[in-house]
Amino acid sequence: MHARKLVVLIVFVAFLLVPIYWLLNMSFKSNTEILGGLTLWPRDFTLDNYRVIFTDPAWYGGYLNSLYYVCLNTAISLSVALPAAYAFSRYRFLGDRHLFFWLLTNRMAPPAVFLLPFFQLYSSIGLFDTHIAVALAHCLFNVPLAVWILEGFMSGVPKEIDETAYIDGYSFPRFFLGIFLPLIRSGIGVTAFFCFMFSWVELLLARTLTSVDAKPIVSVMTRTVSASGIDWGVLAAAGVLTILPGMLVIWFVRNHVAKGFALGRV
Amino acid sequence: MSWMAWTTPTALFFTFIAVLLAGMTAWELRAPSVPRRGLLPIATTRGDRLFIGLLGSAYWHLMVIGLTDWSIWTATALSVVWLSAVMRWG
Amino acid sequence: MNKVPNNHAWWLVLPVFALVAFSAILPMMTVVNYSVQDIFDPSTRFFVGADWYRQVLQDPRLHDSLLRQFVFSACVLAIEIPLGIAVALCMPTRGRWASLCLIVLAIPLLIPWNVVGTIWQIFGRADIGLLGWTLNAAGVSYNYASNTLDAWVTVLVMDVWHWTSLVALLCYSGLRAIPDVYYQAARIDRASNWAVFRYIQLPKLKSVLLIAVMLRFMDSFMIYTEPFVLTGGGPGNATTFLSQTLTKMAVGQFDLGPAAAFSLIYFLIILLVSWLFYTAMTHNDQTR
Repeated sequence: MHARKLVVLIVFVAFLLVPIYWLLNMSFKSNTEILGGLTLWPRDFTLDNYRVIFTDPAWYGGYLNSLYYVCLNTAISLSVALPAAYAFSRYRFLGDRHLFFWLLTNRMAPPAVFLLPFFQLYSSIGLFDTHIAVALAHCLFNVPLAVWILEGFMSGVPKEIDETAYIDGYSFPRFFLGIFLPLIRSGIGVTAFFCFMFSWVELLLARTLTSVDAKPIVSVMTRTVSASGIDWGVLAAAGVLTILPGMLVIWFVRNHVAKGFALGRV
Repeated sequence: MSWMAWTTPTALFFTFIAVLLAGMTAWELRAPSVPRRGLLPIATTRGDRLFIGLLGSAYWHLMVIGLTDWSIWTATALSVVWLSAVMRWG
Repeated sequence: MNKVPNNHAWWLVLPVFALVAFSAILPMMTVVNYSVQDIFDPSTRFFVGADWYRQVLQDPRLHDSLLRQFVFSACVLAIEIPLGIAVALCMPTRGRWASLCLIVLAIPLLIPWNVVGTIWQIFGRADIGLLGWTLNAAGVSYNYASNTLDAWVTVLVMDVWHWTSLVALLCYSGLRAIPDVYYQAARIDRASNWAVFRYIQLPKLKSVLLIAVMLRFMDSFMIYTEPFVLTGGGPGNATTFLSQTLTKMAVGQFDLGPAAAFSLIYFLIILLVSWLFYTAMTHNDQTR
C-alpha cells in the first residue's frame, strides 16, 4: 500500500518538475546549443542569458515594476480586508450575505470583461501607466479573496476572547490591533501570500494598464516572444527568474499554505 | 465623465436599479424579513428573491433577443410578471 | 458561530465596499453604456438599442467558443478533481517530507501564467522541447501548432499541470482536519481502504471539494493567458476560448459595442454559475 502511494506521488512530482527542469536547463545554454540539437543538460554551461537580464534596464526594470505594484497591492488589499473580514465573521448586518456574494462575483469575473472600461477609467483620471493603477485594478480580485480567506481564519477564533477584552475595557482599535491581529498572524501571512501570488501571475490587466514606465516583467516577456527571432535562452532565464520570488515567499508560510488554499475553512 | 458614454435609457435603467435597492433597504430596516420557503427549493429572504427575479429577468431578455424577433418590450413585460411572481411566491 | 446583529458593522466594510465599487461598478456601468451604442469616438456615437446583443447572440463565433469553453471546463474538472484527490491521499501526513511535498506541489501555482505558456511552448516543440522530441522519436507525430487534437491535448495537459496542485492542496488540508478517532473506529471495524475513503474521507472532503470545483470551474472558464501564449488560439480557432474571443473583439478590432454586449452576456453566465455555487456552499455550511 505504502509503496503504491509513493509511486503515485513520485510520478506526479516528476510530471510537475520535468517541464521546469527543461526551462532551467535551457536558461544555462547558449542559443546555438538550444537550436543545434537536443541535450539533456547544458554541455556548454553559460550564465550569459542571466547577464543579459541583469544588465539591460528593460529587463530588470520589468522585475522592479512588477515587485513594486505587487507589494503595493498586497498592502492595500490587506489593510482594507482586515476590518471587513472581522465584520463579516462577527456581526450580522443589513445585506451582509448579498454584499459578500457581490464581492465574490468580482473574484469570479473574467478580467477580459473589465479590460476596456479599465483602460478608459484609468486614462481619464490620469493614472494610466502608473504602478498604483495596476495595484488598484488587481484589488478587484485580490480584495474579495483576502476577505474570504481572513473571514475563514477569524471565524476560527472563539468569540469569548472579544467579549472578555471589551469587558476589560479595551477599545475596539486597541483590541483589534493589540490582541486580535496577533492571534490570526498565520492567517494574515497566508492571505498576504495569496495576494502576492495572484497579483504576480496576472498578465492581462497589467499589460493593458501600462506602456513604458510601469511595464511589468510578464509583459516584457510576451513582447519579446512576438518579436522576430526569439531569443530562447534569455526567455528561459527570464522565466526562471519569475518563479523565484514566489518560491521565496512560500517558504515563510509553508505550514499554513494548505489551510489558506481551503480559504481558512477547515 | 464623457468616457462613460452615458445615454438616457441606460441612465434610467441604473436609476431604476438604485431606487429599487434603496427601497428594499428602507423596507428591510422598517420590517426585517424572515427567510421562508416558497416554490423555490431553498429558503429565501426578500433580498434573495429580488436577486433571483432580476437575474431571471436578464436571462428572459437575452432569450427573447437571441431566439425570437419579438419586440424587446415583450421581454420586459414577461420579466415584470416573472419578478412579481418570484417576489410573491418564491 | 452566533453572530450579533449590528448594523454599525457597515463602517468596517465601507473601505472594501468603496474600493471594489470603484473598480467594479463604474466599469460595469460603462460596459452597459457601450453595449447599446455604436461608438466611433467619445463624441461620435449612436444609440442602437439591443442590436449588438442580437448580433452577438446569433454570432456563430460566439456559439463555437462558448461550446469549446464548456467542453474545456468539463474536461478540466473531470481530470483534475479525481487526480487531485488521489495525490492528496498519497501525500505524507507529517514531518519534513510533508512540508517539502507542499512546497513542490505549490510551485506551478506561483508561476506567472504567461510563463506557464512559455514553458509548455518550449517543452512541446519538436525541435527543442523534450516532450515534442520524445513523442516524435517514439513514432507519434505530434505538433501542437498545426494539429487540432494535439493543440487541445497540450492545452489540457498544461492546465492539469498548472492547477491540479490546487485541488490536491485543498483536499490535503481537508484530510488533515479529520480527527484520528474516525480512523481508529474504522480500524476496529476492520474497514477496507475503500470503505474508509468512501464513508469517512469523502464525506469530510465535501466542503473543500465544493470550493475546489468552484475555483477550478471559474478559473478555467476565464482562461486566457496560457493558450494565448502557447497556441495563440490556433490552429484556426481550435483553442480560442471565451476570454480570447472577447479580447480579440475589444482590443484587436476595437468593436466596442459588440465587445461590451459580449462582456455582459459572459458576465451573466458567470453570475448565474457563481450564485449556484455560493448557494450550495452556504447551504452546506448551515447544515454542518
